[in-house]
Amino acid sequence: MGAQTRVYRQRIRAVNSTKKITRAMELIAASRVVKAQQRVRESSPYARALTRAVSAVATFSNVDHPLTTEKDDVKRAAVLVISSDRGLAGAYSSSVIRESEKLIGELREQGKEVVPYLVGRKAVSYYKFRKREYAQEWTGFTDQPTFEIAREIGETLVARFVQPEDEGGVDEVHVVFTRFVNMVTQEPDVIRMLPLEVVEGEEAPEPDDVLPLYEFEPSAEQVLDALLPKYVSARIFNCLLQAAASELASRQRAMKSATDNAEELVKKYTRLANQARQAEITQEISEIVGGASALADAS
Amino acid sequence: MSSLQVELVAADRKVWEGEADMVQARTIEGELGILPGHTPLLGVLVEGDVRISTGGSTNVATIDNGFLSVDRDKVIIVAEAVDASQIG
Repeated sequence: MGAQTRVYRQRIRAVNSTKKITRAMELIAASRVVKAQQRVRESSPYARALTRAVSAVATFSNVDHPLTTEKDDVKRAAVLVISSDRGLAGAYSSSVIRESEKLIGELREQGKEVVPYLVGRKAVSYYKFRKREYAQEWTGFTDQPTFEIAREIGETLVARFVQPEDEGGVDEVHVVFTRFVNMVTQEPDVIRMLPLEVVEGEEAPEPDDVLPLYEFEPSAEQVLDALLPKYVSARIFNCLLQAAASELASRQRAMKSATDNAEELVKKYTRLANQARQAEITQEISEIVGGASALADAS
Repeated sequence: MSSLQVELVAADRKVWEGEADMVQARTIEGELGILPGHTPLLGVLVEGDVRISTGGSTNVATIDNGFLSVDRDKVIIVAEAVDASQIG
């Protein structure tokens, strides 16, 4: 076999083994994304119950809670960036980081100091590579977030928000994550988590479904005190779950196109290899013919 | 007598749903029992057992802190973590 065909065959083998890997990753992501979507759905009864309870308290009592009070003079804002731990998910991490950069730029323009909180190794390495400061990181779970982590993040952010400003507390908390619209569309999105805007538009109550006059045990203030941090954790949990589903969906898509490209490459190299082999054979024949006629001429 | 519609919800799933005659839970202020026809209530629960009685049998679930809402005979018990191993 000539040198050229051997190179082509080698390339085909290499591409084929890469294809096997990307195909496997595609299948794994496909099966996990279904589970991730299901987890988003399963967390919704909790979020719904909490939203309803929070809006009930907010509607029937004139309680001013520190977590819902807007500050007039915002000096410092925390930004929670939810990215992924692993790459090979297309533009997933870079688009969420780009969105966060845009937000941070806007906040800086408004004269606010930005305190970044990072979720996922990709965001962490982005910050480390650029030698930028960040407040805290959470890594190692982005494709399967648990509620405990959401609660930890929520408690950290709430604690920072409640801290007085001169001790390093923040006046606003924003979350940048990827919203899972459907299997083909995932959009990076920004929500302002704190101060809370009570009565979310997500679950508008039916007109005839009037909230009853609740009794509070022990008191409206204390109920709100207990509910709001949970509400924050539940919303962060929801963001983490949506981000996980988005990560897996974009990984599935990226790996599918990688597999398709590998197939294309194999096809191309097979053609080239065949051509090279054909050229070799043709050359050999012409050499033999040429040699034979030279012998015939000599005799 | 009418009965209660009970939902027991954890952060990551709905644990249990069904009808019951009585629900007992522990709030900050002490043990609380709910029968059909209770006024709307929002209460903060502390760590402890929630008892859901149906007919003769009682289901017990252990929760960490959470809250409970009662509204027109619909009881929703919400907790971050629920140990439902004893619920049949």
